[in-house]
Amino acid sequence: MLGLIALMAVGLATIYSAGGQDLALIQRQIIRLGVAMVVMFVLAQVPILAYQRVSIYFYIVGILMLLGVLFFGVMGKGAQRWLDLGFVRFQPSEIMKLAVPMMVAWYISRDNLPPKVLNICIGFAFVAVPTLLIAKQPDLGTSLLIASSGVFVLFLAGMSWNLILLVGALASAFAPVMWFFLMKEYQKQRVLTFLNPESDPLGSGYHIIQSKIAIGSGGVEGKGWLQGTQSQLEFLPERHTDFIFAVFSEEFGLFGILGLLAIYCYIIVVGLFIAMRAQDAFCKLLAGSITLTFFVYVFVNIGMVSGLLPVVGVPLPLVSYGGTSMVTLLAGFGILMAISTQKRLLSRQ
Amino acid sequence: MAPKRIAIKDHTAEANLFARRSFIAMLLVMGMMLLLVSNLYYLQVERHEDYQTRSNGNRIKVLPVAPNRGLIYDRNGILLAENRPVFSLDVTPEEIEDLDATLASLASLLYIEQDDIDDFRENMKRQRRFKPISLKNRLSNKEVAVFSAHQHKFPGVSIEARLARHYPYGSALTHVLGYVARINKKDLQKLNEAGNEANYAATHDIGKLGVERYHEALLHGNVGYQEVEINSKGRIIRTLDFQPPTPGQDIVLNLDVKLQLEIQRQLDETRASVVALDAKTGGVLALYSNPSYDPNYFVHGISSKRYNYLLSSTDKPLINRATQGQYPPASTIKPHLALAGLEEGVIDQDTEMFDNGRYQLKNVSHVWRDWVPWGHGLVNAKKSIEVSCDFFFYDLAYHLGIDKINEHMTHFGFGDYTGIDLYEESDGNMPSRGWKKARYNEPWYIGDTISVGIGQSYWTATPLQLAKSVNALINKGERTVPQILRGKIVNGETLLEPQKSLKPIEVKNIENWNLVLASMLGVIYEPHGTARTAFANTPYISAGKTGTAQVVSIAQDETYDAEKINERHRDNAMYVGFAPYDNPEITISVALENAGGGGSQAAPIARNILDFYFQDKQEQIAKLASSTDEAQ
Repeated sequence: MLGLIALMAVGLATIYSAGGQDLALIQRQIIRLGVAMVVMFVLAQVPILAYQRVSIYFYIVGILMLLGVLFFGVMGKGAQRWLDLGFVRFQPSEIMKLAVPMMVAWYISRDNLPPKVLNICIGFAFVAVPTLLIAKQPDLGTSLLIASSGVFVLFLAGMSWNLILLVGALASAFAPVMWFFLMKEYQKQRVLTFLNPESDPLGSGYHIIQSKIAIGSGGVEGKGWLQGTQSQLEFLPERHTDFIFAVFSEEFGLFGILGLLAIYCYIIVVGLFIAMRAQDAFCKLLAGSITLTFFVYVFVNIGMVSGLLPVVGVPLPLVSYGGTSMVTLLAGFGILMAISTQKRLLSRQ
Repeated sequence: MAPKRIAIKDHTAEANLFARRSFIAMLLVMGMMLLLVSNLYYLQVERHEDYQTRSNGNRIKVLPVAPNRGLIYDRNGILLAENRPVFSLDVTPEEIEDLDATLASLASLLYIEQDDIDDFRENMKRQRRFKPISLKNRLSNKEVAVFSAHQHKFPGVSIEARLARHYPYGSALTHVLGYVARINKKDLQKLNEAGNEANYAATHDIGKLGVERYHEALLHGNVGYQEVEINSKGRIIRTLDFQPPTPGQDIVLNLDVKLQLEIQRQLDETRASVVALDAKTGGVLALYSNPSYDPNYFVHGISSKRYNYLLSSTDKPLINRATQGQYPPASTIKPHLALAGLEEGVIDQDTEMFDNGRYQLKNVSHVWRDWVPWGHGLVNAKKSIEVSCDFFFYDLAYHLGIDKINEHMTHFGFGDYTGIDLYEESDGNMPSRGWKKARYNEPWYIGDTISVGIGQSYWTATPLQLAKSVNALINKGERTVPQILRGKIVNGETLLEPQKSLKPIEVKNIENWNLVLASMLGVIYEPHGTARTAFANTPYISAGKTGTAQVVSIAQDETYDAEKINERHRDNAMYVGFAPYDNPEITISVALENAGGGGSQAAPIARNILDFYFQDKQEQIAKLASSTDEAQ
């Protein structure tokens, strides 16, 4: 809990700097944080049994909405991700970030662990359907997060190592198929740019180069809050959203980064601890998956900003500016809290 | 549910398994975190100096510079689309001490609406304080002068100029020339998809309609770059390098704007359109749709009130009637059908029949009536075209059959896009058995064929298609493609574009073609010709065909009375023609909605336009002669 608040504070300070000291931006972010916190606390009060029961319906509704997006979706920024319900527009893919691990955890925990090969296959199918639907939108970042959230459940459930190796091999065999048949031109471009950013310094390699300059020039101590030239002079694109880590690194340096990563590690360790002490298999798997997916956010975002991974649209959790992913993340933590507190209640009885 | 005993036993095993897996996951997390940290350490410590230098060197910004849009001229070198400077009032918030007071005194000096001020304040929130924000666009010359006189009182306020499109001929050319307007989200998306957004980085407007839209790639040009050095606060200190933009291509159109203006004058208040083509090349001499509207409003953002008016007007000014209006071609296609009959051998030059005004088939009660109730008497193919006899063509269509009609008329371009360099075009409809089955799920009836014989039934064509088909007739099967673009101006010289053409129609007997053309001459010069009165005493020799298209079908045994019918249900008047007969220069197609008879309404307008064309040509020759005299 303390960790989360610390992260949000870091986020607000960095957004303030990255967004050109715009208080209106901060105001909107605080409102979003407030809404997300309310969602978290409400979800923390819901009994675990309820989560277990609604998993399948939640999942089915999510899939239907994804199909809805495919057919009636609203275009935004060149991708079809939004569903317009008249009064509100939202991304069903966000729902799936929670629905997929819940569904797989529910399905796998019906039988004893470790799961049978057949159940694992079915589990994979539960993961694959939404992943492909979202990849088609196209939203590579989210589909990656959803795929990993489902796979973590299977891994934590004790899927045998042989199978893990096999799946790994299949996945790498699938990569060229993706490249030639599924990926759009701009996605290929991103990967090519990642491999050689200097090839097109004013075009698509620009993000990565400028971001690395920002991080590198920050040095050990950083340039100081509001002093980062890269971000203040607007050389950095997407400063307050996906590339906020570069702003943070420039202004707070390696020390700042170590502090930030320590907070993330603390949250992940606590999350896994909650998972281990949870009362039953469903809770364990769900809590573990939520925690590890949180880590994937961190890893993919920092990896892409620092040039280790290609650019996919994944925000830095709880720090980046933006509403939808914030709500989903804190909703996940709400479930985590529910698992943690209700365990304690039971053990006292 | 599994038995409880097993569940409990498994619970420990499960917990252990899960703990093991969690531990492995924890190790993986730590390992990956270490990977991140080591990479960041590499960037921030090992290569810190390198990046530090690059960050300091990052004082150079590359700013895009918009190219000037290519100019558009008519065939005689008259400027149709130009770039004019427009002025906007820009305010840089940082340089102003008391913003409210400044805005208030600006408002008292110039006419500034509250909306402008609201927009300005909204924009101010989103931009950095040292960047200028425009407070008012499109200052009038007077406003520019007034402000210039008081500029010393307003530090941080300046007038900026940029070039914007202007169309001096306004509504006369809207449908063909089109217009440019501000690049919107949809345009941006298209540019992104085409990978062309960088080229439009500094561009304000994009072609939205007509030639401006179709030839956008030609007219736009390529973006230039300005490399500027900025200080640590982001202000431009000096320009280091300038890569000038490549201006858009200046182009010349086949249009003759004087002819276009005359057509607009002739059409007056009607709902109508006229197409004039170069009879040999298919070049578009004029293409006008009435009513029209002023494109200049769109360039600077049309007000929603004005736009809604255009959108909701029952006269539908936004539609290009010449290329999108789909009308029954009526009798204007009788020459084409006669030719099909002759070439197929269904009739010959001497085939005669007696028209009593009522065409009937054996065992069919329906009567197809001629437009002259008592008929035309004894007619052959030539006379049938001249007097526009329906009876003859009912019978011809019956014997040709829909398949042959469809085949021949498709050769003339009916039911297909003409290939003109405009995106706003309809393909009309050349009906066939397959089409009717697919569209209405009904078989083709013989009655349908008979109506097709006089260009009615399901047959629709655009005025441009009709003009194109007449070109094919007079060129004896050579098929031209209507083209607006005439050439590009390179180093002051006009380089003509190659004129497109299609594979010629196969000619079986050239005498058949000659007969059909002679019949079109007879429409004007024979005593019984339907356009004789309209074209009496022209100084040039022209040929043509009238058409009167029913908009609503008339019940059996009911006569057509224009006075009694709702204005919108009155007949469309059509005319196609060309001149001079011996060596055609110009092909014309006129379509007047709900105007009445083709001979009485459309033909006189065609005549006036042709009169103007030849008179103007005479004057130009005279002018040329006198100027060469002076030179001598």
